[in-house]
Amino acid sequence: MIRLERRPQPSTLWTALTPVLAVLLTMIVGGIMFAALGKPPLEAIRTIFWDPLFHPQFASYSRPQLLVKAGPLILIAIGLSVGFRAGIWNIGAEGQYIMGAVIGAAVGLAFYPSDSVLLFPLMVVAGALGGWLWAMIPALLKTRFGTNEILVSLMLVYVAENILASASSSWLRNPEGQGFPGSRNFKQWPAVFNDELIANTGMHWGVVAAFIAVIGAYVLMARHIQGFNIRLTGEAPRAARFSGVNPARIVLLCLGVSGALAGMAGLFEVTGPAGQISIDFGSGYGFTAIIVAFLGRLNPFGILLAGLLMALTYIGGELAQLMLGLPGASIQLFQGMLLFFLLATDVFTNFRIRFVGREVA
Amino acid sequence: MADTLLSIRGLTKAYPGVVANDDVSFDIQKGEIHALLGENGAGKSTLVKMIFGLVAPDRGEMLLDGAAYTPGRPSDARRAGVAMVFQHFSLFEALDVAENVALGMENPPKRRDLARQIREVSETYGLPLDPARTVGTLSAGERQRVEIIRCLLQHPRLLIMDEPTSVLTPQEVEILFQTLAKLRAEGTSILYISHKLEEIRTLCDEATILRLGQNVGTCTPREVTARQMAEMMVGASFAAPEARRGETGAVLLRCEALSMPAPGAFGTPLRDISFEVRAGEVLGIGGVAGNGQDELLMALSGERLAPKGAIWFKDEDISRAGPVARRDAGLLSGPEERLGHAAAPNMSLTENGVLTAARRKALVSNGFIDWGRATGFAEEVIERFDVRTPGPGTAARALSGGNLQKYVVGREIQQDPDVFVVNQPTWGVDAAAAAAIRQALLDLAAKGAAIICISQDLDELMEISDRFGALNEGRLSPTRPVSELDIEKIGLMMGGAHDMEVAHVDG
Repeated sequence: MIRLERRPQPSTLWTALTPVLAVLLTMIVGGIMFAALGKPPLEAIRTIFWDPLFHPQFASYSRPQLLVKAGPLILIAIGLSVGFRAGIWNIGAEGQYIMGAVIGAAVGLAFYPSDSVLLFPLMVVAGALGGWLWAMIPALLKTRFGTNEILVSLMLVYVAENILASASSSWLRNPEGQGFPGSRNFKQWPAVFNDELIANTGMHWGVVAAFIAVIGAYVLMARHIQGFNIRLTGEAPRAARFSGVNPARIVLLCLGVSGALAGMAGLFEVTGPAGQISIDFGSGYGFTAIIVAFLGRLNPFGILLAGLLMALTYIGGELAQLMLGLPGASIQLFQGMLLFFLLATDVFTNFRIRFVGREVA
Repeated sequence: MADTLLSIRGLTKAYPGVVANDDVSFDIQKGEIHALLGENGAGKSTLVKMIFGLVAPDRGEMLLDGAAYTPGRPSDARRAGVAMVFQHFSLFEALDVAENVALGMENPPKRRDLARQIREVSETYGLPLDPARTVGTLSAGERQRVEIIRCLLQHPRLLIMDEPTSVLTPQEVEILFQTLAKLRAEGTSILYISHKLEEIRTLCDEATILRLGQNVGTCTPREVTARQMAEMMVGASFAAPEARRGETGAVLLRCEALSMPAPGAFGTPLRDISFEVRAGEVLGIGGVAGNGQDELLMALSGERLAPKGAIWFKDEDISRAGPVARRDAGLLSGPEERLGHAAAPNMSLTENGVLTAARRKALVSNGFIDWGRATGFAEEVIERFDVRTPGPGTAARALSGGNLQKYVVGREIQQDPDVFVVNQPTWGVDAAAAAAIRQALLDLAAKGAAIICISQDLDELMEISDRFGALNEGRLSPTRPVSELDIEKIGLMMGGAHDMEVAHVDG
């Protein structure tokens, strides 16, 4: 008989080990799934995890993509992790990401064709503000009326997607675009184009912001009293109130930070890799970032690594679709497996398994 | 030894870094109330867990009625006739008594039969309890009865009770003792864990004393004094708190007709509470659990803000000030519930120090926590209050109840409060630690602080308080000097214990 025994203290070894174990289990079970689909499992795994970085032919194209994809994932996941630590579940980062892009782009386009150097910073601020505002809706509803932030933030994603659709087909549509949906292309507007800072690295301002966010979040959570209050609220809400933490302020702070970072990520994306506001701008970064946050153990540096790993499965997944004809859904399934196994192996952090023989009653 | 029910032979259980039980042997006779005594960390819980099948021993054996007894889990123990009433109740507040009892049974009978059985048992053993009442509305004493009846329905041969009287009023204790005596007369054996030595002397036939995991002796409690037992327990003589009747000074904290609605469906509203407490004085507040103790503490700590003009600290109205502002002013508090309220279970002792001492001990500057200072503060508390733990990095939940209690009470005392409000400072704490905590409270008062001690342990309140008041359904009786009181008057002040009537048996 197998029995779970609670550990007196969470195991630090297992905290670090579970992500690795989860990745290995995902590879094994994913491989079985690929085999069932009639594809060579080892080759599929290699295509996903190895080829994007080291394939002689494709690596030069796909390697910069790693940072391009990881940047927004990390930036959003960092914001989410702050809230998750406090037990505030913002599931609607995708909506905040879209609104950041739409509002940031709208502010920029209002000044078209200005070439002021201040315009891009202004757009970044507007993007952050857009995401922040969108996150304030679930925050205020929660603090005023006690609504559930999971539901509200999630539903607001669909509202944001409709706003995105209307923006790209009407009020932000490129007046010189012959009636095609989509805004002006920022890639053709040097003053605000969020280009690679170093050629062929994929490093753009959004990636820089992500790295700063990682360090900022680490300092906040490990050293600052607000970060302490956030963790305390997540660990023991009553103790937090006893300590003097105002729960409403923590809700506003956490949702605000995650919204602002997601909005910023949206702005960097729309002015950079995406290039324009278009109907298909929302790419699921906001949802994948939830996996990244947990895969990184809600730890800023863990999230950095998890973001890179998740970006790798994105790029590798595309490569596998291209080269092996794997269905796109199987790649999503593969990513979902990662979260599943992570949560499953997580048990070992707080529990130890004991095998006990059947005893005689 | 035909009369031996359970024979424990050389039980040993080691955890990493500590031997919880080292070669413990003793016998429990049939129809005997056997006390298990020991300080916190002496290994009582581990021993009991082994008997109840929650933990497997590393070595040693147990014989139940002469046959090998190796319970692998609690259901095995129950089947063998061993039942246990835990110190912390595992009841669902929103369900009624019968539903709660059913949840703890292997094969619960139909509801109507069960309700009948509950009434039968409750009448037979003098434990008044209405099966249809919601547990959320019951007092601690009544909740304990639910647990006891749950055990009795399974007709145990051995009943284990872990500190059953820590939450009871004198009258409730009386009732419990009658029940236990009746069980003994019927041949049931009882393993009775307690810190209260007087109680063991009145009730128990035999006592086994554990110290640092070893059986240091067995005695017949009636034949030795409480002090002798205490000395066996701690291995040295401990100091009983010294009564101190110093001068009292200015009024530091004053409540004027404090009324507040109940915090939730199962809370108690505070009704028109007025009192004052002076520098150098200890105000004891007694009462049956659930009569507004928690609510009063939250109102004084600032977790729930009181209406304007209700709470005055040094002649300033602090009713609308939050916990941080009150701490800054010098009003500190210690809630009853250690895990989850006074301390965050998964956070380290250092972090739990920051929880209340951040500003008073300057552990934070410009918003940044100085972890070096914070660790230093935690170490000071650990050192001064003799908290047994590997170090300040240990998670709060890894400490035993008594040690954590020493830490959370010590954390506040170490900050030199002007007024200290504490709820149940020695609940579940062993005699030596309890004496240390009480002494620390008295020392604090001697230095000129005002102390409000809310407790259900009347002996404790009589020992340390200068004045006494009792809470009953959210009302505070007028406070009176302890010297004028006796146990009968206190009983009256406590409002004649609303739950002491005979069970409302309907139909």
